[in-house]
Amino acid sequence: MNFINGITILLIYQLAGEITALLLRIPVPGPVLGMIMLFFTLVARRRSAQSLELASNSLLSHLALLFVPAGVGIIVHFERIVEEWFPLTVALLASTVITMIATAAIMLGSIRLLAHGDSRDE
Amino acid sequence: MNDPAIDTIWVYLSASPLLGLTITLVAYSIGYKIYAMADHNPLLNPVVSAVAILIGFLLLTGISYDAYFEGGQFVHFLLGPATVALAIPLYQQLSRLKKLWLPITVTLVSGVVIGAATSVGIARLLGASVQTQLSIAPKSVTTPVAMGISEQIGGLPSLTVALVVVTGIIGAVIGTRLFALMGIEDDSIKGVAMGISAHGVGTARAFQVSSQMGAFSGLAMALTAFAAAVILPWFLRIIGMIG
Repeated sequence: MNFINGITILLIYQLAGEITALLLRIPVPGPVLGMIMLFFTLVARRRSAQSLELASNSLLSHLALLFVPAGVGIIVHFERIVEEWFPLTVALLASTVITMIATAAIMLGSIRLLAHGDSRDE
Repeated sequence: MNDPAIDTIWVYLSASPLLGLTITLVAYSIGYKIYAMADHNPLLNPVVSAVAILIGFLLLTGISYDAYFEGGQFVHFLLGPATVALAIPLYQQLSRLKKLWLPITVTLVSGVVIGAATSVGIARLLGASVQTQLSIAPKSVTTPVAMGISEQIGGLPSLTVALVVVTGIIGAVIGTRLFALMGIEDDSIKGVAMGISAHGVGTARAFQVSSQMGAFSGLAMALTAFAAAVILPWFLRIIGMIG
């Protein structure tokens, strides 16, 4: 019953997120809004529930499986990928390398700046 | 298939969601076994093997993607609740989040913009079509959210999924080497960079390095999902990609 309770809570928040996105015309996917709502609920309650953790763990530990059916959809775009393989490959490779180096450097820099501010405060 | 009985069974099966659902799970199990046997080599990501097996199966049997998806949609649907479920690991990292929220926020926002700008920019420079450029923009965002964003900005969600998975594999393979080259040793920094650039596939790799890097990568992945959903449509509008 625990697992069912957990899944039910997740679905209720997803539903609330979808409805909010539609009502307020927010350009954010419903499940993301649901995630934010659930996060703030947990922060406000100061604790998570065992049933939620159970359902969350089972879903997230098999997250990879969930994108398989959509991934197979690449079959529909076969021609496009054959035609545009070069820009796609270069863009993915270069952009991932650049993003990784840039974010690591920015994170390092901003932690140092912040640590500097802390030591000044002391 | 000259036997009429087999014909009848085949006609029934190829139209029933049961076949699509079952082969999805079978293909994933095989993909996962290959991944485990290869010592979790990120190049043999179970999604890649499963998708390859399923595409081979569809091409061999002549079943259309739409017919397959009748069954596949039951697995696909769970992406929604799985996205909501990201709130729980995020909550479990609350104390770290409170300590590092400012550097993480700065890194996150710049990472989302840099990831989208470089991928769209390079794709455009090399002559990719507009729809492909839009589909590649959310490539560093975890799949369920990337699909939602792609749909919203006028990309092709299924193409985006493929690009997202490939991005994750690239990040998982090169990430730790890049950080070593940069001389970065702090696992929280490595984790955040990994989660922003390479979402769930990168996070799985980060957990192999250390649980701290994994936790930060998962945290960054969840926050990127939110930040990208807010920033990307707005950013693409500013650079004039969408109306």
